[in-house]
Amino acid sequence: MGRRGIVLMGLAVLAMALLAGCGGSSGGQGAHLNFWAYNEPGGTFAGAAKRCTQQSGGRYTIEFHALGNDPDTQRQQLVRRLAAKDSSIDIMSMDVIWTAEFAEAGWIKPWPQAAADKVKQGTLKGPLDTATYQGKLYAAPANSNTQLLWYRKDLVKGEAPKTWDDLIATAEKMPKAGRIEIQGAQYEGITVWFNSLIQSAGGQILDGPDKVSLAPQPTEAALGVMAKLANSKAADPSLSSQKEDQNRLAFETGQAAFQVNYPFIYPSAKENAPDLFKNLGWAPYPAVKNPADAGRKAPIGGFNWGVGGYTKHPQEAFDAATCMRDEENQKEFALKGGLPPTLAALYDNKEFVKAYPFAPLIRKELQDAAVRPQTPLYSDVSLAIYKTISPPASIDPKSTAAKLRDRVKNALESKGLL
Amino acid sequence: MSTNVPTQTGAIAEAPQRGLGRRGRKPISDRAKAERKLGWMLCAPAVVVMIAVTAYPIGYSFYLSLLRADLRFPDQREFIGLDNYVTVLTSSLWWSDFAHTMIIMVISVSIELVLGMLLALIMHRALFGRGLVRTVSLIPYGIVTVVAAYAFLLAFSTPSGGFIPHWLGIEHDLVDQGHPVTSFLVVILAEVWKTTPFMALLLLAGLALVPDELLEAARVDGATAWQRFWRITVPLMKPAILVALLFRTLDAFRIFDSAYIIGQNGTNPKIETVSILGYNQLLNRLNLGLGSAVSVLIFICVMIIALIFIKGLGTSRPGEG
Repeated sequence: MGRRGIVLMGLAVLAMALLAGCGGSSGGQGAHLNFWAYNEPGGTFAGAAKRCTQQSGGRYTIEFHALGNDPDTQRQQLVRRLAAKDSSIDIMSMDVIWTAEFAEAGWIKPWPQAAADKVKQGTLKGPLDTATYQGKLYAAPANSNTQLLWYRKDLVKGEAPKTWDDLIATAEKMPKAGRIEIQGAQYEGITVWFNSLIQSAGGQILDGPDKVSLAPQPTEAALGVMAKLANSKAADPSLSSQKEDQNRLAFETGQAAFQVNYPFIYPSAKENAPDLFKNLGWAPYPAVKNPADAGRKAPIGGFNWGVGGYTKHPQEAFDAATCMRDEENQKEFALKGGLPPTLAALYDNKEFVKAYPFAPLIRKELQDAAVRPQTPLYSDVSLAIYKTISPPASIDPKSTAAKLRDRVKNALESKGLL
Repeated sequence: MSTNVPTQTGAIAEAPQRGLGRRGRKPISDRAKAERKLGWMLCAPAVVVMIAVTAYPIGYSFYLSLLRADLRFPDQREFIGLDNYVTVLTSSLWWSDFAHTMIIMVISVSIELVLGMLLALIMHRALFGRGLVRTVSLIPYGIVTVVAAYAFLLAFSTPSGGFIPHWLGIEHDLVDQGHPVTSFLVVILAEVWKTTPFMALLLLAGLALVPDELLEAARVDGATAWQRFWRITVPLMKPAILVALLFRTLDAFRIFDSAYIIGQNGTNPKIETVSILGYNQLLNRLNLGLGSAVSVLIFICVMIIALIFIKGLGTSRPGEG
């Protein structure tokens, strides 16, 4: 066989592969739904897709596509396709902060009355608020998230601190200054922290979707807490580059007494640091002023399932998205991925609470959580904030507050370089 | 490049001749006219393609840069003149990113010039295995930049399991936001490693133009190796050096991939370059107006750099200056 023969054979193989590919996608029965989602490390999001495909009895097939690991990359990947009106995005996992932006741009479909009622039934208020924009439900809350104050019971005597000042003082007083692990890098995480602080201090970032609030007093109080922590002995030396996962690592390796973080650290510590895990304690998210406010205005995060604005199978997509957040799937998200559920019923499930002992505290925090500003320009606003307040060690409450107001105002006018 | 390097050896004699030739060609015969017309027609397809793939996109992005155009709010598109440029040029972010770009550009190109010259001399002088030496030294240039950048990221970043901090006994991440100096070093190292061979290749072409007789004559006259290098080789290959520098400087100013990857997908603001800035405006914020303004400004910077170099090239040709 000469060179020509080989080339011909290669072409034949290629043609067959192409034909087979076409056959596969158009030949199956039912709707083919593409589900673009964060690849949750426990594999539970992909698992939900598989389970719902089976349960649909051939009405639809959900194909799981993994998005990047951090929310910024996930957003970038989706937004780029949605701006080009890509009809192959049927269902997507959305960070709770994207709702307004995606809804305003028409990238996600509002939920029709019947489907929306089904989602609302039994769902906690906090998560539902994150999926609602201008009175309409735009996504189905799949899981929620909030931060707790985690600490080592072997190092912290008595009750855990209730305010930030108290927390910093306690940590500094420890014989081997107890570190506080928190998110200080220049990214969404520090905006989350700031948003909780300012709301706990009685203020707000925005007044409605397009007006800056940032009243001087609460803003400076919030920035003051950040600066104080960053410049105290309790700060991690690499605070200015730390994100949730670095916090988890530092805590697991025994370098810190406290960490302010999401419950994903719980299954992780159980697996990676069994000794430390025995002494792992949790307490409500600290307050800025009043100790009685601990656990109020904690951050709220999580994922909502949105249905693509250009999908060819909206009905099936709404049904599939509803299925992928049912009780069974949410239990998986919580137990294998550490992601708190959005359905109230699960928090009453004894078996679940046994495996997820801080569930009551999370439920309480979710009732009065600090939802981040709902504006179509959220990503710009957040960029403006985190570029201004990180590194936290260089915050000067007064001048930083003024700068912040300026930049957030620019961001809302879609102006300014970010 | 093509006009400078080959005329190199005969530059002294050629320069005046060329001037005369141009003046002498003034009256054009019918035949020459027809030939010229044919020439234009033969070029036409290429010109059309060039306009379609370069002139149109450049023109379009210039047009976009005059608009408030945000893909998230397609209805709010309006003409705002030079506002986007004012925003960019008055923003401290543009200037800090510009400074980052300049730091990376100046340091990496200087190191590349020195190393590239050494490599070129080795490739030029190699007595045996010349082909092998040349091939081996070109390997880094053959590797995709993104792949090379990942290799450096994985070597230097602690959370990604980097072995170099481990060797040095350093516990923190060398390429995170908290350590701008080492972040810069790693980006520069990646750039130098990747593009030194390109520099060496261009310099090698220049070295081949230095006549051996000149060097031998100098040696007979008692010039040391150092003197021969500085007094004969370098002046004679100056045009080649400048061309190599021009190419690399333009490339380095537009640096995107290494800085983006080593900056962990552009999330390390300490090593953000102007190209990453433009990318963020365009693809993250979907703000086509601002992003296009940044792109146009990068284009203008590149033009200025090229102009400086070309002027430099024109005046520094041996026999003219």
